[in-house]
Amino acid sequence: MGVYWAIAVRSFRRFSTYRIATLTGAFTNTVFGFIFCGVYLTLWELRPGLGGYDVSDALTFVWLQQGLLMPIGIFGASTTVELGERVRTGEIAVDLYRPTQLMLWWLSVDAGRAMFQLIARGGLPLLVGSLVFDLNFPSSAAQWVAVAAALVFGVVVSFGIRYLVALSGFWITDSRGVEHVAMVLSLFFSGTILPLVVFPGWIGEVARATPWAATLQVPIDVWLGRNPGGVGSALAFQLGWIVVLLAAGSLATVFATRKVVIQGG
Amino acid sequence: MAESLTKAEESWLSKATAWPGQYWMLVVMWIRSSLAYPASFALMLLGSALVTGLDFVAVLLMFSHIETFGGFTLAEMGLLYGTASMTLGLADLVIGSIDRIGQRIRTGELDVWLIRPVSAFLQAAADNFALRRLGRPLQAGLVLVISVAALEIDWTVAKVLLLAVSLISGSVIFAAIFVLGGAFQFVSIDSAELANSFTYGGQQLTQYPLAIFGKDIVRAVTFVVPLAFVNYYPVLQVLGKPAPLGLPSWIGLLAPAVAVVMVALASLAWQAGLRRYRSTGS
Repeated sequence: MGVYWAIAVRSFRRFSTYRIATLTGAFTNTVFGFIFCGVYLTLWELRPGLGGYDVSDALTFVWLQQGLLMPIGIFGASTTVELGERVRTGEIAVDLYRPTQLMLWWLSVDAGRAMFQLIARGGLPLLVGSLVFDLNFPSSAAQWVAVAAALVFGVVVSFGIRYLVALSGFWITDSRGVEHVAMVLSLFFSGTILPLVVFPGWIGEVARATPWAATLQVPIDVWLGRNPGGVGSALAFQLGWIVVLLAAGSLATVFATRKVVIQGG
Repeated sequence: MAESLTKAEESWLSKATAWPGQYWMLVVMWIRSSLAYPASFALMLLGSALVTGLDFVAVLLMFSHIETFGGFTLAEMGLLYGTASMTLGLADLVIGSIDRIGQRIRTGELDVWLIRPVSAFLQAAADNFALRRLGRPLQAGLVLVISVAALEIDWTVAKVLLLAVSLISGSVIFAAIFVLGGAFQFVSIDSAELANSFTYGGQQLTQYPLAIFGKDIVRAVTFVVPLAFVNYYPVLQVLGKPAPLGLPSWIGLLAPAVAVVMVALASLAWQAGLRRYRSTGS
């Protein structure tokens, strides 16, 4: 266990060295936040209470979303992209030699990254947003705990998907095409292009049942206290996907390891 | 004195006329390399069209709840979106790679560019030219065609011309912003994402009727960062809608002039950046 903790801490430190990149990234998130606020203010003025959100819920959604894009890894994250590259280049052989489990190793790396980006990229946009707009914050200690759990679960679900995408390189040699497709699905089904509560009819029902919903929409709804079935069922929904995805990840690791042929040597 | 000036001008002119050919040569090289894996290229082109097209899917989903947005119907929103995404897409395709200049400075590859007999600017613009970025203009063109067909406009030669010219001048404005962002990386290497606020953020902004963002934003994107000239003012004129802030309705005609000013600014900034450049020297 100690080794995985050490990896996560080092990964956190590694990401914390890119200070200016982090700052400019947060600035971009903030600009997009203002744009979306303009759009959602117009939309919710036309249709008050749309999707069960009031105006202040919708605006809070915007700033949480902008802050969470990078930590959760909605566009993919540099850690799992790096894993995909290592599969493509064959460097993965070195990882497989280590007396650690491949999936846990990369989960630790990803956790360190997510933690740093949550603090740096999550905090700044939310701070700016809350200075300009009247945003909703969790009102009780229990709700804060639920939010923390939902965020951790969200990152793990996202990792589970990204890990499978990266390992796809074992079978199709280049995971970049799959990364693109995965990004389309992630943007659409996570609530990034529009809150899932606004999706009409069956599209909405399908979207809210996907693992991508568990990465972004569900944690934000926990923050807002707007989960249709309550916080308990929301966390259970996330946990369900974690079990499925990590089980699939372990299976994929086993099969991939059998496939590896190290050239030369 | 006068003679040497003329010579300088001549040499500049002969360099500039060689630019399209040199750019094309560099670009063809990158296209060939990306077509080496046709299946992967097709997937990435499709992926690029889908990812960038999701912005319009969001608009479509919104219109399942509303009939007009900021006084614009769905077809009118399509015209705004199509022009915004098309102009950004073309600029991104042709010159968007310039945002990698920071990486090139850090790795020292810029030194290599400087000793080649082609301008560093062209090499930066063509750096890793990604034909898959055609995905964005392709989906934008599709939205544009469908929206124009659905709109009931009395098309005149003047309106068609205005729309066509605004697509070009809009692309040039976005291209100039890309170059300004690249030039700023000479000052701050890690700031590649800063320009995204104005390029990709600009597209996100200009795909909506700007008036919904309030008068201050409209002033800012008219007089400070002239994003409103990319598509908003020309489209208002094509649709026969009044301009905000009490501006004259013909303000859309100024788009080409704005584009020229932006190119001049970007050119000055790039030259200043390149002059400021000091190699790491190791």
